[in-house]
Amino acid sequence: MHAEPLSLIFLNAAIVNNFVLALFLGICPFLGVSGKKETAWNMGLATMFVMLVSSAAAYGINWLLTQLGLEFLRLICYIAVIASAVQLVEMFVKKTSPALFRSLGIFLPLITTNCAILGLALFQTSKEYDFVQSLVYALGAGVGFTLALMLMAGLREKLSLARVPSVSQGAALSLMLAGLLSLAFMGFAGLGGGHG
Amino acid sequence: MPELLNPQEKLTPDTFLRGLWEENPVFVMLLGMCPVLAVTSTTLNAIAMGLATTFVLVCSSLLVSLLRDWIPKQVRIASYIVIIATFVTIVDYAIQAISLELYAALGAFIQLIVANCVILGRAEAYASKQRLHTTLVNSLGMGAGFTLALLALGTVREVLGNGTLLGVHLFSPDFQPWIVMILPPGGFFVLGVWLLLFNWLRQSKVRRAAQFSGAPADAR
Amino acid sequence: MTTEVQIQPQAATTPAWAMLRTLGGIALLSGLLVALVYQFTLPIIAENQRVLTEKAVFRVLPGAVGKRDFVITPEGGLAPAETGASGDLIYGAYDADGRLLGLAITGSGPGYAGPVKVMFAYDPGCDCITGSKVLQSNETPGFGDKLDFDPDFLKNFEALDARLDAAGTALANAIVTVKHGTKSEPWQIDAITGATISSKAMGRAANSAAQRAVPAIERDLAVLTSPPSP
Repeated sequence: MHAEPLSLIFLNAAIVNNFVLALFLGICPFLGVSGKKETAWNMGLATMFVMLVSSAAAYGINWLLTQLGLEFLRLICYIAVIASAVQLVEMFVKKTSPALFRSLGIFLPLITTNCAILGLALFQTSKEYDFVQSLVYALGAGVGFTLALMLMAGLREKLSLARVPSVSQGAALSLMLAGLLSLAFMGFAGLGGGHG
Repeated sequence: MPELLNPQEKLTPDTFLRGLWEENPVFVMLLGMCPVLAVTSTTLNAIAMGLATTFVLVCSSLLVSLLRDWIPKQVRIASYIVIIATFVTIVDYAIQAISLELYAALGAFIQLIVANCVILGRAEAYASKQRLHTTLVNSLGMGAGFTLALLALGTVREVLGNGTLLGVHLFSPDFQPWIVMILPPGGFFVLGVWLLLFNWLRQSKVRRAAQFSGAPADAR
Repeated sequence: MTTEVQIQPQAATTPAWAMLRTLGGIALLSGLLVALVYQFTLPIIAENQRVLTEKAVFRVLPGAVGKRDFVITPEGGLAPAETGASGDLIYGAYDADGRLLGLAITGSGPGYAGPVKVMFAYDPGCDCITGSKVLQSNETPGFGDKLDFDPDFLKNFEALDARLDAAGTALANAIVTVKHGTKSEPWQIDAITGATISSKAMGRAANSAAQRAVPAIERDLAVLTSPPSP
């Protein structure tokens, strides 16, 4: 696993094992924020940024805890660092673009409970990636997440103009769509996975 | 003083039952969906996950309720998260001690219980404002509702996708399982269908209630 | 009428020390709880792991009743695990008379949905792998299951060649998975139709396990058969 080429790690995280459509991480924002392409894009970027920061911090924390023999505190430390990273991003977005801050609303602090970020930190630890590999993994995960969000947003924007039965409106329909997307993404299995 | 700002709920059967139907965390509040989709490929995994999540939900809610007067507003989310992470870590080791095979089957999603919005949501919306006994009952109800949702998916996916229920073969060996049910798309589809069903049931309930009261039926 | 309004200890602007005190207190409590549970469950988990490993070893080497742990040393040799050396573990399986039946070695390969960890039985007498058991996999049910149950696939592992090259530091021929029906050499594995990725993972697991363990086994065979230290 240590010899995994970076391009493969990226491809794997973004497409083959897409965090949302294959690993079921980040479903809440996926359903909640994918109504419009613009919000989806912003959410994707914000999440990717938090992923990168958390990935780097998680790598450092894991190293420190291993040195001290305190691995059992890993989960608590990871989630604490993620919460802090989200706080940072919140303050940054509020300062630089209040309109964006308002449009993202409650979903910005909710990035903390986005399982995709915590999942990322846990996976990179279990796969024993080194620092650069972890960052590439986080980048791939962020790109994949944004991709899934954008695909869903595109579909839902078109769908909002169509007539759908009222029972299926909302999350039910989004989930069916997600199922189809997930099915499509399964076609990527084995992409680049034969080597390395 | 808290009595003025946060009306203390009285303990009624509704405190528990709400979590099963009206305020079902998955089907109504649309929270905590990641584990619902991920670990429901077999019924056993679904039950185990439901129990583990309920344990974390109840313990963390109790602790938050106990400490609610001492946690300043600004640091409440951070405090809740640390408390939740503690109990998740405990459950993580507990499951490893009980059965390593179960642990391998549930994978990373045990630790991901921390990110389950249901638990944080309940801590913020309920446990931080209510007393111990109501919190206990309400958390149990929410946990039960969550487990029910997991079961709903787990049973359907396992029966259709593997031909078994809790490992017991239900059909003849010629049964060609609908493999996609166990794969990620199947999770999405089955949850979508359940939501559809749930919505339809709720809408017909509202329609019937409106018919009795004569008010115009609001379909949502 | 005066209403007695209890002012909360923290006023509108919560002093920093109150926040720190709360966070610090909770962190301390958490750390304590987790540390306690960890210490309590550590021996139980270790025992679970030991039982699981033993079950797998006895499954790939039928007839074994005892197992001993050995470590592959950095020099490429073997040392009994009791000596406290660190390195990859392999397991010696012994029958009731204490004779060495074979070795159990583990390897992993990238599968469809994550790493596939496999335990293989290696027989120093025939320089080949004689059995396999999947330890951990998230492969698609129905396809990945075949790795452990498909009779044709399992035949691959009855005498999978793992001879060493002249230098004794690597396999003479790397174990590799080939397309179904094209197996022509004893060190090749015939893939399962429709489960190529999982089959390839199995092949890579076998190769990785053998490349690491066989040179060490052949070098220090005596260590395996010497009686255990009291």
